Amino acid sequence: MKSKKLICLVAVVAMLTSLLSGCGQQSANDSNVIKIGVNMEMTGGAATYGTAAVDGLKLAVKEVNAKGGINGKKVELVIVDNKSDAAESTNAITKLITDDKVCAVFGPATTSAVLAEIQVSEDNKVPILAPLATGAIVTVDKGAVRPFAFRACFIDPFQGKVLAEFLKKDLAVKNVAMLVDNSSDYSKGIAAVITEDLAKSGVTVVANEAYLQKDQDFKATLTKIKAKNPQALVVPGYAEEAAKIVKQARELGITCPIVGADGWDSPILVEVAGAKNMNNTYFTNHYSSQDPDPAVRKFVEDFKAEYNGKEPSFAAAISYDGAYLLFDAIKRAGSADPEKITAALANTKDLQLMMGKLSMDANHNPLKSAVIIEYKDGKQSMKTKIQPN
Amino acid sequence: MESNSIVMQIVQQCVNGIMLGSIYALLALGYTMVYGIIRLINFAHGDIFMVGAYVCFFAITTFHLPFFAALIVAMILSAALGVLIEKIAYKPLRNAPRIAVLISAIGVSLLLEYGGVALLTAQPRFFPPALGEVIFDIGGIIINGPQIIILAVSVVLMIALTYVIKFTTVGKAMRAVSFDAEAASLMGINPNRIISATFAIGSALAAAAGGLIGAYYNSIDPLMGVMPGIKAFVAAVLGGIGIMPGAMLGGVILGVVESFVSGFWSSTYRDVVAFAILIIILIVKPAGLLGKYRGEKV
Repeated sequence: MKSKKLICLVAVVAMLTSLLSGCGQQSANDSNVIKIGVNMEMTGGAATYGTAAVDGLKLAVKEVNAKGGINGKKVELVIVDNKSDAAESTNAITKLITDDKVCAVFGPATTSAVLAEIQVSEDNKVPILAPLATGAIVTVDKGAVRPFAFRACFIDPFQGKVLAEFLKKDLAVKNVAMLVDNSSDYSKGIAAVITEDLAKSGVTVVANEAYLQKDQDFKATLTKIKAKNPQALVVPGYAEEAAKIVKQARELGITCPIVGADGWDSPILVEVAGAKNMNNTYFTNHYSSQDPDPAVRKFVEDFKAEYNGKEPSFAAAISYDGAYLLFDAIKRAGSADPEKITAALANTKDLQLMMGKLSMDANHNPLKSAVIIEYKDGKQSMKTKIQPN
Repeated sequence: MESNSIVMQIVQQCVNGIMLGSIYALLALGYTMVYGIIRLINFAHGDIFMVGAYVCFFAITTFHLPFFAALIVAMILSAALGVLIEKIAYKPLRNAPRIAVLISAIGVSLLLEYGGVALLTAQPRFFPPALGEVIFDIGGIIINGPQIIILAVSVVLMIALTYVIKFTTVGKAMRAVSFDAEAASLMGINPNRIISATFAIGSALAAAAGGLIGAYYNSIDPLMGVMPGIKAFVAAVLGGIGIMPGAMLGGVILGVVESFVSGFWSSTYRDVVAFAILIIILIVKPAGLLGKYRGEKV
């Protein structure tokens, strides 16, 4: 008996909720604002990225509203915290779409949280723009492009292209040694792209070695690599192991340039490897706050002014550009109709943003510039910026 | 001599292997000692190693102790932790089937690992290079100062341990308990006390290894004990579990084999070979290289 009563109660509540949300829809259509939903990790494990992303996004919204909004309408953000939890992410987007009637959803930051919201976005035909999620599966699933999912950052394998370009053009090497983290798809994915790109232009791979996460000692492998005399050592792994590899390589007398990808962007690298050993090492990243480009300088200044002198992280910078990517699509769509915005996002071409030009490729991944960061006496400095070709 | 010749490579890989092996040996000593006394494979050993590294880390960074003082603090606190673990997790199972104690040990191991993640986060921490950063280049063969210290400490601890077990009253009591706990207690030895002492010494050794390795590789994290723990176990079995010099020999052999596999074959096969050795030893010579097979006591 008790359970029957409970079912009745749930049914009544559900009906009332649907009635209420029906009312909400009318008022949303009448209003003169463009509502963008934000499903973001404001608390929990990924909060560092989530809160930084929202900082970047808010700055962009403030700027666009100061200039009169989009197509004469002000932009309004509805922020829901998914607590860095996949189930909460599903709840968050459901609330944003059914209750708040947003025209597009920005976020979440991590791949797993984005995956948890995709079904809801497809059912309701509302586009999502993930600013930082780098997993390939976010936009392409089993070979098919997900129609409503987009991202604002480049995906991991793209860094392989950038690194190959850097090794060929800037370092002008004729051969390289690879040392890959075999326990990470991230590392293997980047390594595969580098190897393929280098082979096309006749750069040989003289040693192809592997390690596993949590390995401490790399001397045996490095001794073997040293004997091959490579002109550069490629280590597309994470900072913890990369730090030990750089340190032990330098100790064994390997003096050639060592290059990696954005997994290197952590203070532990310089701490463990030592500032001196880190000289002549480079890695790819999405953005550098030291970029001398005037647009980047202006963003850094504006961001610091807005947030009490805080330096914008890459998450804030990408989200800032991601916000303008979305604004541009809404503007070209000419209305707040989610399906028109989806079509406009897919057709983005040569859009000039703070970090450089951005075009959306057929897989809903942006083609955009990447920067190469160099370690000089323990400090990061921007070496060069590489545009996609 | 040309620094990349095959001879030089072989010598360098021997150096790499002996240094790596001395770390396995240091850990294997604790495993083998506990096993030798109470026939328990203490799977939490690798995690006490981790706790030792953290205690050492906080003693240096928060309390600004010099490295060797910090190491002693870590050894004392870890010894206490080892005794506590034995009292809570192993002693109530003294008369239970051996498999129950083994499962309890795995439980303690997971508790320490993920308790560490919860308390200290999984983020690796930077451990200051307290052993110095001297590098010797002997005709192209490169040896680190810290590696030599680790090797020396391993040898000294092994000798000290052999002395304690062979010639002191505690050691004699340990061997008596190991031989027959009931008969030993009739002779006036308190087996519980002796087992506590065994855990205290074993855990102190693990903590010493933790501090040294933290200072050598410069980073520590709550799961740092997992892989070295397993490798040290392989080393202990290889040399003959329960036999002190066997742990040292097993560690060095394992280290050299790993270096040669990585250096002359492929780094991908390194762990495959390490564990294949474990399986082969268990099949061909279950008592280990230095062990003599003794029938199970009934």
